[in-house]
Amino acid sequence: MLKVKDLHASINGKEILKGINLEVKAGEIHAIMGPNGSGKSTLSAVLAGKEIFEVTHGEIEFNGKNLLELSPEERSREGIFLSFQYPIEIPGVSMVNFMKTALNEHRKHKGLDPVTASDFLKLMRERKELVEIDSALTNRAVNEGFSGGEKKKNEIFQMAMLEPKLAILDETDSGLDIDALRIVANGVNKLKRSDNATIVITHYQRLLDYIVPDFVHILYNGQIVKTGGKELALELEEKGYDWIKNGEQN
Amino acid sequence: MNQKSTAISSKESLISLYLDNLDLIKENSAETLNSARQSAIENFKLLGFPSAKNEKYKYIKVEPFFQKEFEKYFTPRCISFKIDDIFRCDIPSLDTHLALVLNGFFLPNKSMLVELDNGVIMGSLAEASKKYPNVVGKYYNSLASNEEDGLVALNTAFSQDGVFIYIPKGVVLERPIQIINLLMSDENQMVQYRNLIVADENAQASIAICDHTLSPSEFLTNVVTEVFTNKGANLDVVSMQNQHNESTQFSHVFAKQERDSVLSTNTVSLHGGVIRNNVHVLLNDEGCENHTYGLALVDRNQHIDMYSFIDHAKPNCTSNELYKALLDDQATGAFNGRILVRRDAQKTQAFQSNNNLLLTADAKMYTKPQLEIYADDVKCSHGATVGQLDMEAKFYMQARGIGEREAKLLLMFGFAHDVVKTIKIEPLRERIDDLVNRRLRGELSRCHNCPMHCC
Ligand SMILES: Nc1ncnc2c1ncn2[C@@H]1O[C@H](COP(=O)(O)OP(=O)(O)OP(=O)(O)O)[C@@H](O)[C@H]1O
Ligand SMILES: [Mg+2]
Repeated sequence: MLKVKDLHASINGKEILKGINLEVKAGEIHAIMGPNGSGKSTLSAVLAGKEIFEVTHGEIEFNGKNLLELSPEERSREGIFLSFQYPIEIPGVSMVNFMKTALNEHRKHKGLDPVTASDFLKLMRERKELVEIDSALTNRAVNEGFSGGEKKKNEIFQMAMLEPKLAILDETDSGLDIDALRIVANGVNKLKRSDNATIVITHYQRLLDYIVPDFVHILYNGQIVKTGGKELALELEEKGYDWIKNGEQN
Repeated sequence: MNQKSTAISSKESLISLYLDNLDLIKENSAETLNSARQSAIENFKLLGFPSAKNEKYKYIKVEPFFQKEFEKYFTPRCISFKIDDIFRCDIPSLDTHLALVLNGFFLPNKSMLVELDNGVIMGSLAEASKKYPNVVGKYYNSLASNEEDGLVALNTAFSQDGVFIYIPKGVVLERPIQIINLLMSDENQMVQYRNLIVADENAQASIAICDHTLSPSEFLTNVVTEVFTNKGANLDVVSMQNQHNESTQFSHVFAKQERDSVLSTNTVSLHGGVIRNNVHVLLNDEGCENHTYGLALVDRNQHIDMYSFIDHAKPNCTSNELYKALLDDQATGAFNGRILVRRDAQKTQAFQSNNNLLLTADAKMYTKPQLEIYADDVKCSHGATVGQLDMEAKFYMQARGIGEREAKLLLMFGFAHDVVKTIKIEPLRERIDDLVNRRLRGELSRCHNCPMHCC
């Protein structure tokens, strides 16, 4: 589904990603862990098409398409979804208007007619239940005045609305209380199918108890320095990152 | 028969235009208005046009607008069309009492003055001052700053008619009143008229004012509106300006609030060549609440000039201002918001904010708050921002599949909605939201595309 080959990306001339290789197949769950500032959010932003990052080298293929040639909106319509580490507040734009516009753009891409008002409301209701998001929130402007946890829940709600092929969850667990973490993880699991895939970026093993990864990658200093099974996360939890960092230096 | 004069509208020629046509001006007006003319023209002689030295008019050169050739009519023109032809109100949800003004003269539907069962009077100002000289005489020209602003004096000298609205004591008007100002002419025209709105004690009403140009000629409008909210009254005034690029409008609103009254004014400038909106509010007794809002959408070579003056003359009043401008292409704009808290006005709360969005590097906005506080126990705040579209928000929307153009439009719409959402009458709010949306999408270049459907 996703093939990243020797990806280098920089911002303002400063190289952040220094040769990433990653392959994600349908049905898989990948976890990416790594110390602060190692480039995890940068990788997800580059996958989503954020223009301030310049891809200086490498390839990204998504379902046979060259992702680097697509605009962010086209990538989304092709099925890439980024759950933001820091979701953006958009005052004045209502959740309903925002979601309906997004959904209709996806439908248009698939050659479908715009969703009817009643179908849309039905879908909203259904997907809100999935992440147990408060109804009042979806009557407000996008993320405006939402608490940290509410914003994260809202990301997963949007994911549930758009049903992506590849979801990239950038620290969706941070800021969630214990119950919310379980709810959100359950939501992600319910959306899991054999034809979609998930990349989970997290600092904590706890989330991976709920969303069990097939692979765990450690990103350090712009490169994936280690890949293993879910037990790698447990090892990190126990030992921290020093052994990785020192290993690099030696 | 129509009478008209051609004038090169500099100061002297305006004065001689006035003198030459005084009989005609008076004949087609009423005593209350006529008796104010003499001193007004004297004031205009003294003041002339506001110059750039005048802090209030720093970003707009007024005189050149009056130097062009304009026709000026001193009698209402015979109209060769039926009202029904120009006005087809298919707004079932916006069920309004309607008043039309054509080139500054009230345009009667059946009669010059409508008197509702509950005592509400609306119609021609000139006619009202003949029939109710005491009411009109009590309020007319008692607020307008003829001694300070040459344009206001000029208006008082020339104004012959306009709209008069009176809401009697205790009357709560459910249906909004809608005033539609139409400009239509084969020639370039200068139009000066006057509105007078009085909400008597504990009266409640909403008024929507729409300004439209119906023909492509150049128009120069200089309009003064005086608004009175007496003790306990609650009045909402929403103005919607939608005029073409060849039009220039100077609008001066003067409002006086008495004890415990509430006044909201909301001016939405959708389109216009050059627009100058002045709002003066005098909080004349305790317990008043004032909301002054403005929204301007300007592009190409348009200019918007917004001025507000909130005069906290008495204690325990609250004022709240929000002005927003969205500027595209080479458009320019200015906001000058003056708040005066007089020495006696303790416990004043005055808030002001002005937020502007520049869509291009060529668009320019000047913003200047002006706070003069002479009381010590007050709560005042002001803030101004000039910024660009939020790129992070744009990317967020794109990451959800929303196209770049649509994402920008949603952001602009969201920016504007902040002001529109303050409109209390729901159908009107929805309608203006829709108008703003269409305006931003560039679907509102023609008047008849305007969903207001007033023309
Ligand atoms: N806009 C930017 N301008 C300059 N440097 C940036 C920018 N965005 C990211 N960086 C730098 O790139 C590096 C990687 O940042 P990134 O956000 O990808 O880290 P991360 O792995 O997601 O960290 P965290 O775990 O703290 O979320 C950091 O050193 C950061 O300072
Ligand atoms: Mg990060």
